[in-house]
Amino acid sequence: MHWTLLSRLSISTLQIVGIAVGSPLLLGLMRKIRCRIEGRVGPPIAQPLIEIRKLAKRERIRPEYSSWIFTVAPIVLVATTLILVAITPIFSTGSSWSADLFAVVFLLLIGSVSVALSALDTGTAFGGMGASRAMTVGALAEPALLVALLALSVPAGSSNITTILVRSLYNPEWLVTPERLLALAAFLIVIVAESGRLPVDNPTTHLELTMIHEAMILEYSGIDLALVKLGESMRLVFMLALFGNLFIPWGIATRPGPIYLVIGMLSTAAKVVGLGTLIATVEVGMAKLRLFRVPELMAGAFVLSVLAVVSSLVVR
Amino acid sequence: MMFLSIERITGIFKDFRPKSISVPFPSEVTPGVQEASRRNRGSLQLRHLDAGSCNGCEMEIASMTSPIYDVERFGIKLEASPRHCDGLLVTGPVTRNMSGPLLKTYEAVPQPRVVVALGDCALDCGVFKGAYGVEGTLGDILPVDLEIPGCPPEPASIITALRGLVGR
Repeated sequence: MHWTLLSRLSISTLQIVGIAVGSPLLLGLMRKIRCRIEGRVGPPIAQPLIEIRKLAKRERIRPEYSSWIFTVAPIVLVATTLILVAITPIFSTGSSWSADLFAVVFLLLIGSVSVALSALDTGTAFGGMGASRAMTVGALAEPALLVALLALSVPAGSSNITTILVRSLYNPEWLVTPERLLALAAFLIVIVAESGRLPVDNPTTHLELTMIHEAMILEYSGIDLALVKLGESMRLVFMLALFGNLFIPWGIATRPGPIYLVIGMLSTAAKVVGLGTLIATVEVGMAKLRLFRVPELMAGAFVLSVLAVVSSLVVR
Repeated sequence: MMFLSIERITGIFKDFRPKSISVPFPSEVTPGVQEASRRNRGSLQLRHLDAGSCNGCEMEIASMTSPIYDVERFGIKLEASPRHCDGLLVTGPVTRNMSGPLLKTYEAVPQPRVVVALGDCALDCGVFKGAYGVEGTLGDILPVDLEIPGCPPEPASIITALRGLVGR
C-alpha cells in the first residue's frame, strides 16, 4: 500500500478537475432546491456554468484608480483554492502532499484577504464597507475553524489532515466523542460564514447596504468576475468535502487503484450533495441575521471549538 | 369513518401553491436582438434603472420574480452592479435629474451592451410628454435595442420580450 508519484499527481489533477466542474453544478443544485421549495421552477442546474462561460468572454473593466492588487486578487483566490484541493484528501488519501491543518486554514485565509484587499483597492464606498465587514466575520470565523480542526488532531496525535482522517477511519469510536460533535457544530457555522450564505450573508441580495461578500466584488466584470465566482464556489465545495470526509470518513480511497478512486469520488460527491441540500433546505426558512448579531454567532462557534479542544484533552 | 378517507390523508401532502404559468417565446425578433441572444448564450443579467417612472412598471418587474411568472427559469436575473450585467432595463421618461446617472450607468456596463426600454413612458414619454422636468425619451439619449410597450406592460409580456434577448 504505497503511492507512486504518478498516482499522487493524477489523483490531485482529478480532484482539481472534479471540484472545478462540480462546484458550479452544486451551486446550481442548491439554487434549484431553493426555487422548488419556494414553489418556483427555477433555472437549470447548469446555469452557474453557463454564466461563467458567458462572463469569460465579456469585456473586463478595471476601475480608473485601481492598482495591480485588483488584477491579481481573483487569480490568487482561485490559485490558493486549487492548491488546497490538490493537497487535501478529497477523493483519495493519496493526494496528501502536506495537508497540515495550519496550511489549510492559512491558504483559505490568503484567498479571503486577497478579495478584501481588492475591494479596498477599488476605492469605492461599498467596496471598503464590504471588506471591513468580511474581515470582521473572517477574523472571528478563521480561528474557530483552526481550533475546531485542532480538536480533531488531538486524538490522532498529528496535525496532518490525512493522518487525522485515516486514524479516525480505523477508530470509528472517535467519531461520536464529545469533541467531534462540538467541533462539527463549530465547523458547520464557519462553513456558512466563510461561504457567505444565510444567516450570515445573503448571496442573492440586491441591497448594497446589507451586502457583505457581494459588496466586495461589485466592481469586477468579465473574466475577473468569472474567476471570483468560480473561486468562491470551489471554496464552498472544498469546505463541504473536508467537513464530510472528516466527520463521515467512510468511502474515501485509502489505497491506490481505479476502483477505490471511483468509490471515493462517488462517496465524496454524495457527501457534498447531501450537505449542500441540507444547507439549501435550511436556508429557505431563514432570514439574514442583523450584522451586529453575526459576531455573536461567530463567538458561539469559537466557544464550541474551544470546548472541543478542552474535552479532547480532558475526556480520556 | 368519513374522516379517515384517503383524500383526507393524501390532502395533507397536496401542493396548494399556484403553479408557474408558461410564457411564450417571442414570435418575431429583430436582428439586433438575435445577435444579442447569440452573445448572451442562455444567461442574461440586467441592471434596472428608473429614469423617472411612476413605479407602475416597477411593480410589474417585481412580480416577474414571483412564483407565478418566475423569470429566473429562463436564466434572466436583475443584478445590483452594472459591471456584472449585459445591459440596462430602463423604465419611465428620462428626467433632467436622471439623465446624468443614466449615462454613467450605461458607461459602467461592459461592452457590448443592450438597452431595453420598458413601458410606454420609456418609448414616447407617455402622459409625461412635454412636462418641464422631462428631458426626452430613452431613444433620444441612448440607442435602444428592445422596446416593450404597455402602460404598464404585463409581466408575461416583459418576460416574452426578454426571452428573445436570452435566446431560450
